[in-house]
Amino acid sequence: MLKVENVTKVYKVGTFGGRTLTAVDAVSFEVRPGEVVSLIGESGSGKSTIGKMILGLIPMTGGTITVDGVPVKPGRDYYRSVQGVFQDPFSCYNPVFKADRVFQLIKDSYYPSVPGKEWTERVHSAIEDVRLNPREVLGKFPHQLSGGQLQRLLIARALLLDLKLLIADEITSMLDASTRIDVLNLLAELKGRGLSVLYVTHDLSLGHYLAERTVVLRSGAVVEMGLTHKVFDDPLHPYTRQLLSSVPRLHAPWEDAPPVETCLYHERGATGGLYEAEPGHFVACAKLDDC
Amino acid sequence: MSLRVSELRVHYKTLRGDVKALDGVSFTMDDGEILGLAGESGCGKTTLGKSLIRMDGRMRHVGGTVELDGRELPIGDDRAMNDYRFHEISLIPQYSMSAMNPTRRIGRMVTELLRSRGVTLDRKELESRIGMVGLPREVLDRYPIELSGGQKQRMVMVISTLLDPALLIADEITSALDVSTQKAVAKALLGFRDGGYVKSMIFITHDLALTSHIADTVMVMYAGKLAEKAPSEKLIKAPKHPYTKLLINSLPEIGVRYEERKLAGIPGSPPSLLNPPQGCRFRDRCPLAGDECAEEPPVNEIEPNHFVACWKA
Repeated sequence: MLKVENVTKVYKVGTFGGRTLTAVDAVSFEVRPGEVVSLIGESGSGKSTIGKMILGLIPMTGGTITVDGVPVKPGRDYYRSVQGVFQDPFSCYNPVFKADRVFQLIKDSYYPSVPGKEWTERVHSAIEDVRLNPREVLGKFPHQLSGGQLQRLLIARALLLDLKLLIADEITSMLDASTRIDVLNLLAELKGRGLSVLYVTHDLSLGHYLAERTVVLRSGAVVEMGLTHKVFDDPLHPYTRQLLSSVPRLHAPWEDAPPVETCLYHERGATGGLYEAEPGHFVACAKLDDC
Repeated sequence: MSLRVSELRVHYKTLRGDVKALDGVSFTMDDGEILGLAGESGCGKTTLGKSLIRMDGRMRHVGGTVELDGRELPIGDDRAMNDYRFHEISLIPQYSMSAMNPTRRIGRMVTELLRSRGVTLDRKELESRIGMVGLPREVLDRYPIELSGGQKQRMVMVISTLLDPALLIADEITSALDVSTQKAVAKALLGFRDGGYVKSMIFITHDLALTSHIADTVMVMYAGKLAEKAPSEKLIKAPKHPYTKLLINSLPEIGVRYEERKLAGIPGSPPSLLNPPQGCRFRDRCPLAGDECAEEPPVNEIEPNHFVACWKA
């Protein structure tokens, strides 16, 4: 499905672009059909940059990204199967138009030949797919709808296309706790229908709830990745441990992360790329003092 | 420090009528207590925090009183409140990121701020507090833009508490931060209380898990009213109000997976506060609602320090 190989992004920064900043450093991972992969990282880890490169919104500096073997090519054909939903649902709508205008825009550019009546039916079924009542949300202005409703309408909009891959970039971080879980459950249902989702987030518990596999990023590079339960139950990299220990839990006090004694990467003599500690569980160098 | 809020009513003036954002809230706080204030967006938590320090132009104090150490606060009078602001009650705003003057180095900004309050800067004290929140003292020579979000948040925390207020209101200060920074900021807040820089604190957040780590007592609000207030451990382990129960059940914790245990959100959305419904305001979304809920439930103390506003509790 989605293959990200050795992708690098270097930004020019400074007054005249004199300095460079490597935002994404040789990142490789894969999303299989019908799979949710969560891309976890703190601010500045490059997680959104990766999402934007997959969507073709910003160019890559190096590496390749392919969807079903086809390289990223921004344009109508590409966006028919790959879509993104972003953090702030309020800024995705034009406040002077009714919210359902986003559906009309899809019809105008992708399905101009579909008769109006059939299109209305498609819109209604897509809205029902995201657990909204078409009568309650159609014909309303963005300010009359809640954040959760707007976010779900954006997902419905993506579903109208022949969607194969959804890039969900922090889609729940502006929603309330109770609405958040509804949107997450929706993503999980969609995955049951064969949709692949790249779930970009800084919230570890949400990633854990949803994803089959997890990629942990730190300053642009992958530090650990693998099956979600392996990464969360047996974190190998000190950074992953530190992140996990910082998450506030309801029934347990905050604890400090157990230290990592030996760098698996160097101990086992791994070179180049990530070290596969167990099948499907990769870890980078722990960067201990003696590494 | 002791705080007694009784039947506080604060409304927002709008063209369509009054939005009853706080509609009769009563509670007390003890010396050294950290009160966590939780609830969905629009339940009145930020309004409550703002009412205690500065009402903005749309807010009207409609009824009720706030007493700090036995003296009534003139919360409706913007001028008269000046004597209390920052000396007695201080606030860390929701968007500390944009709370600092971008054109001043931080050290100079702090000096100017203090001078405006008629206080001279004790540089040594300032530096020790900066060290306490884990910042290098060089931040004083930097501009705000040179600091990361978490650093700015901690710097604003230091500035807000420089005058040793009795009550500190922290409004959603961790919601824009990464988990590891969140932990550091939360620990720094606890340090401020334990170090005696502030006496008591109201910690406003929508993250119940985080609240339970910091707060001694948690108060859950719904649609401008108190739903439940209890010591934090009791509230998390044995909640009585159906709203609190549903809120806790909708929290994804590490260890919960979609395949194993599907979490459920709370159906529906909070009522409009322009014309709040009669009776219990949670009735329409409540799985337990019955006939008696058509009448408004009083706030009952079912156990010492455990207050619930629900007929079914």
